[in-house]
Amino acid sequence: MSAATPWTIAGVRDALLAKKISARELAKEFFAQIDRRNAELNAFLTLSPDRAYAQADRVDARVSRGESLPPLAGVPVAIKDVISTKGVRTTCGSKILEPYIPPYDATAIERLENAGAVILGKTNCDEFAMGSSNENSAYGPVRNPVALDRVPGGSSGGSAAAVAAGLAVAALGTDTGGSIRQPGACCGIPALMPTYGRVSRYGLIAFASSLDRIGPFATNIADTAAVMGVIAGHDSNDSTSAAVPVPDYGAEIERPLEGIRIGVPEDYFGEGLDAEVKANVLAGIALLERLGCRQVPLKMPHTDYAIATYYVIATAEASSNLARYDGVRYGLRVPAATLIEMYRKTRDRGFGPEVKRRIVLGTYVLSSGYYDAYYLRAQKVRSLIARDFAAAFEKVDFILTPTAPTPAFKLGEKTADPLQMYLADIYTVTGSLAGVPGISVPCGKTKIGLPVGLQIFGTHFSEGGVLQLARAFEKAGGFSV
Amino acid sequence: MTISREDVLRVAELAHLELTPAEVELYRGQLDEILNYVGKLQELDMAGVEPMAQVLPRDHAAASHSAPGASAAGADGHPELRDDVVRPCDVADAVLAQAPDAAKPFFRVPKVIDR
Repeated sequence: MSAATPWTIAGVRDALLAKKISARELAKEFFAQIDRRNAELNAFLTLSPDRAYAQADRVDARVSRGESLPPLAGVPVAIKDVISTKGVRTTCGSKILEPYIPPYDATAIERLENAGAVILGKTNCDEFAMGSSNENSAYGPVRNPVALDRVPGGSSGGSAAAVAAGLAVAALGTDTGGSIRQPGACCGIPALMPTYGRVSRYGLIAFASSLDRIGPFATNIADTAAVMGVIAGHDSNDSTSAAVPVPDYGAEIERPLEGIRIGVPEDYFGEGLDAEVKANVLAGIALLERLGCRQVPLKMPHTDYAIATYYVIATAEASSNLARYDGVRYGLRVPAATLIEMYRKTRDRGFGPEVKRRIVLGTYVLSSGYYDAYYLRAQKVRSLIARDFAAAFEKVDFILTPTAPTPAFKLGEKTADPLQMYLADIYTVTGSLAGVPGISVPCGKTKIGLPVGLQIFGTHFSEGGVLQLARAFEKAGGFSV
Repeated sequence: MTISREDVLRVAELAHLELTPAEVELYRGQLDEILNYVGKLQELDMAGVEPMAQVLPRDHAAASHSAPGASAAGADGHPELRDDVVRPCDVADAVLAQAPDAAKPFFRVPKVIDR
């Protein structure tokens, strides 16, 4: 395998069926590649060779018996370390879960393995998925394979870096405010945040439950669609998972574009947007117009309030969800004479600075006397932002924006100023709050070679349409516009 | 200044966080800046706006592809309430195996009640 010809899902399938390689040999090849690159990239925290080879052998047995192969047979995948994997350490990038080995698999993991995927290991991320640069991991930052002195984005930086560097064919990440799409943009690969409720959250270790979503990274749209088709669908173990049928995404993406209306809200092109990012995104939109998409004027007036709304709601939910880490049932315990002291010492040593900051903020906005002014108000503004999207989708089929205001920034550039770091999510949190799906697709590079991301939002459960537009863009050369 | 040192200490106590004096000062300044930024939410007129109580709109299922499997959803398109039946859940050993200190079938913690 070389960087010039990365493995694809179809490529793996063809090679297995033609017996050019076995699933075991392919897994071995990927582990060797990880061995060579991971010291530099720090994309993987834990490898799961036993589990991977056992699964590869099952696939190889099917091949040798001439049986039909499931959709992801033998495909090496990487999993963000906030998604539970039975028997494989799952840390959430935190010291507080350093020794934690989940006793069960997340539904998304179960579905991937039932579809034949080979799980290579767990990828690095910001602690409890809180961050936009991967610098909040307790296990050190991930480096961007495109430019090693830069961040891969966050929080799913390890998954994005692994796929971009060819250390996995596809990966799962999670997106709460941009944590799939922004690293996808930074590393130059497609990255899909599905509709809220489209993919089961069972086994996803919670950060902000009304926002958290699992979604795929891959190097192309067909692979993104293939992984999506496997992980999507209702699950009775997640009460917020939707009982909406899953279409054949592989068929949807090849449908021709007909009568597509796109909206480009000016609210996403204001102050703070890097000039080169803007130029690339506008060039990408112009390409879509040449493909027959008709642009309709659009305003989304509450866009400017999204970051403030998001950081109130997400931290409030986090402060509640992270109350479970107290040293009693799993993970780290710092012994102490009293129970309260044990809680405090365990949480003090186990949590890193960004997690503590968000717990303090979230506890504050929920506390007596401040709840109405902050949390309740933010929930109302969330309604207004959702209405912006609902009104927009009366007029257009898709909303196009930059994914992030800048390309990947340098390691250390924003760590001293949390608010500046939060603003990296300014274009992604809107769709998170509204619950709609969004994809980031590569949209050319800056002069110094840094990838730019174009974001496509669709209405609830329109992943098929979002992927269809992304595929047309890819086919027309949009990725290198 | 929106947030005081005492505010941070009070919240840290509610959240069972043990912060050093340096952390208290750092977070006080940073939270002050963040809450000032969040203050822009006060600009909006909220008359008649309901807080968002659930993420998906009630009519989403009607707008989506219809297929036989959709009948599992409630009439409003939300996930069904599953039947209230007992299912085996034999996980106690696996769960306790992850505990820092377990004495089957219990989690052991420092003494809570003094007598």
